[in-house]
Amino acid sequence: MNKRTTIYLDHNATTPLCPEAREAMLPFIDGLYGNPSSYHHVGRQARSAVEAARRTIAEIFGCSPAEAVFTAGGTEANNLALRGAAAALKDRGRHIITSAIEHHSVLKTAEALGRDGFDITFLPVDAQGVVAPQAAADAIRPDTILISVMHANNETGAVQPVEVIGGAARQRGIAFHTDAVQAFGKIPQGAVFEYADMVTVTAHKAYGPRGAGALLVRRGTPLVPLMTGGHHEQGLRPGTENVAAIGGFAAAAEQAVAKLASESARIAALRDRFEALLLQAISNIAINSRGAPRVPNTSNVCFAGIESESVLLHLDLLGICASAGSACTTGEPEPSHVLRALGLSSVQAQGAVRFSLGRATTVEQIDTVAAALAGIVKKLREVSSL
Amino acid sequence: MAREDEDWRRLYEQDREPDIEDSQAGVIFYNDTVIEHFTNPCNVGEIDDADGFALIGDPSCGDQMKLWIKVEAGHIIDIKFKSFGCPGAIATSSMATTLAMGMHLDDARQLTDDDVVRALGGIPANKQHCSLMGISALQAAIRDYEQRIVQRP
Ligand code: FES
Repeated sequence: MNKRTTIYLDHNATTPLCPEAREAMLPFIDGLYGNPSSYHHVGRQARSAVEAARRTIAEIFGCSPAEAVFTAGGTEANNLALRGAAAALKDRGRHIITSAIEHHSVLKTAEALGRDGFDITFLPVDAQGVVAPQAAADAIRPDTILISVMHANNETGAVQPVEVIGGAARQRGIAFHTDAVQAFGKIPQGAVFEYADMVTVTAHKAYGPRGAGALLVRRGTPLVPLMTGGHHEQGLRPGTENVAAIGGFAAAAEQAVAKLASESARIAALRDRFEALLLQAISNIAINSRGAPRVPNTSNVCFAGIESESVLLHLDLLGICASAGSACTTGEPEPSHVLRALGLSSVQAQGAVRFSLGRATTVEQIDTVAAALAGIVKKLREVSSL
Repeated sequence: MAREDEDWRRLYEQDREPDIEDSQAGVIFYNDTVIEHFTNPCNVGEIDDADGFALIGDPSCGDQMKLWIKVEAGHIIDIKFKSFGCPGAIATSSMATTLAMGMHLDDARQLTDDDVVRALGGIPANKQHCSLMGISALQAAIRDYEQRIVQRP
């Protein structure tokens, strides 16, 4: 028996904290306890850390610091964008457009708004999991107030044509929001406000801490806060700031941008090697969204005839972490709404496993996981009744 | 390219850190007995000249299983299953067939999912429904056997 080595291929669920983020956080965990809203010097130390982080985030996205609203993470930012814009714009119209493959924090929020009297259009995707920009344009009505389409899908990695959809929305004077949680740090994003009015990002998918994220809100975008009780964050997000996490977020974001070019090329090569090995070693598999533009780290594989949790448990027993669909769905027996939207049957979707690579992934790990999968799939297919 | 088979198989030999125990939350992960029945399930296969057969699906999760029995002098003398299912379904089917093997039909009819879960030493709460698959398939296969007897000229 020897100590287990972990092979972590679940970076779309969360990532380990990078050393730079840890360094930035430590002073605010250990000694600097101030409340950024306090008058005195102890408070001002914390305030200056939050504002420095805000400037860093603003610089990365080409916006002004006042346009960066810190939240507790992606789910909160998505809720603020949808509910906040819907509440601010409800007198102008009640139609909202989103896609069928959004993360639950957008999808379920849109459904909830639908029950509150808004009319929601869920755009379909093609077999590669991509929204057609024309479909988005065609869905626009005189009473459309908001369009929300994610930048990159968390399950398949498919990149959506947000620049085109956002451009069409702006032409018609409609607010456009994009959930960029899975795109951030994986593909270049540039000046997001050229096409979007609101952008969701989160720290922990990019080697920052859990518990900090941001909604970037372009100046002039109508938005009302979800909560009352404070002046914080331009009045859009009351509550004492999570200073350590916000500092860690900014430090991680800087690293993510600095490493983007070299890491995305390296990781894309590993992903391609992984998929080539699987296709060579295992029959009857399909790689979802392989024909779409994808973020470089994500590989979503359907293994025909077997059920994904059985694959995950075998992998886990070997020290290998992967995921079935999205981690948020664990505990729900229904197969992934994303894969169903691609046109997969529920039996096919049940055999899907997501591998998401990251900074620590090596060639040796990829080869080990590919070989392990060949053995696991063979074993499970011998048991399968299909 | 890919490494030799044996290389990755060694990973099964590694120490596993125990999952963090939470007495309030109850069982949150499969115990070692369940994992053993999942990784090395008993009675997997098909019986060509079976006396009873059942195909059972769980509509809530879409999982499916097939089960065959061979009966002699009122006893189940052979039993085999195949499953398109989660670890819980595979492990409980392995245990259900192990319990039923050699049993008199009168006793086998009395077996419940509780017996299976007890024999396994428990199963996570959200996996309770999986333990029904093996038992429902067993009961359906016994009914199938009985119908065939009645229909025999
Ligand atoms: S989840 Fe379907 S049988 Fe376990």
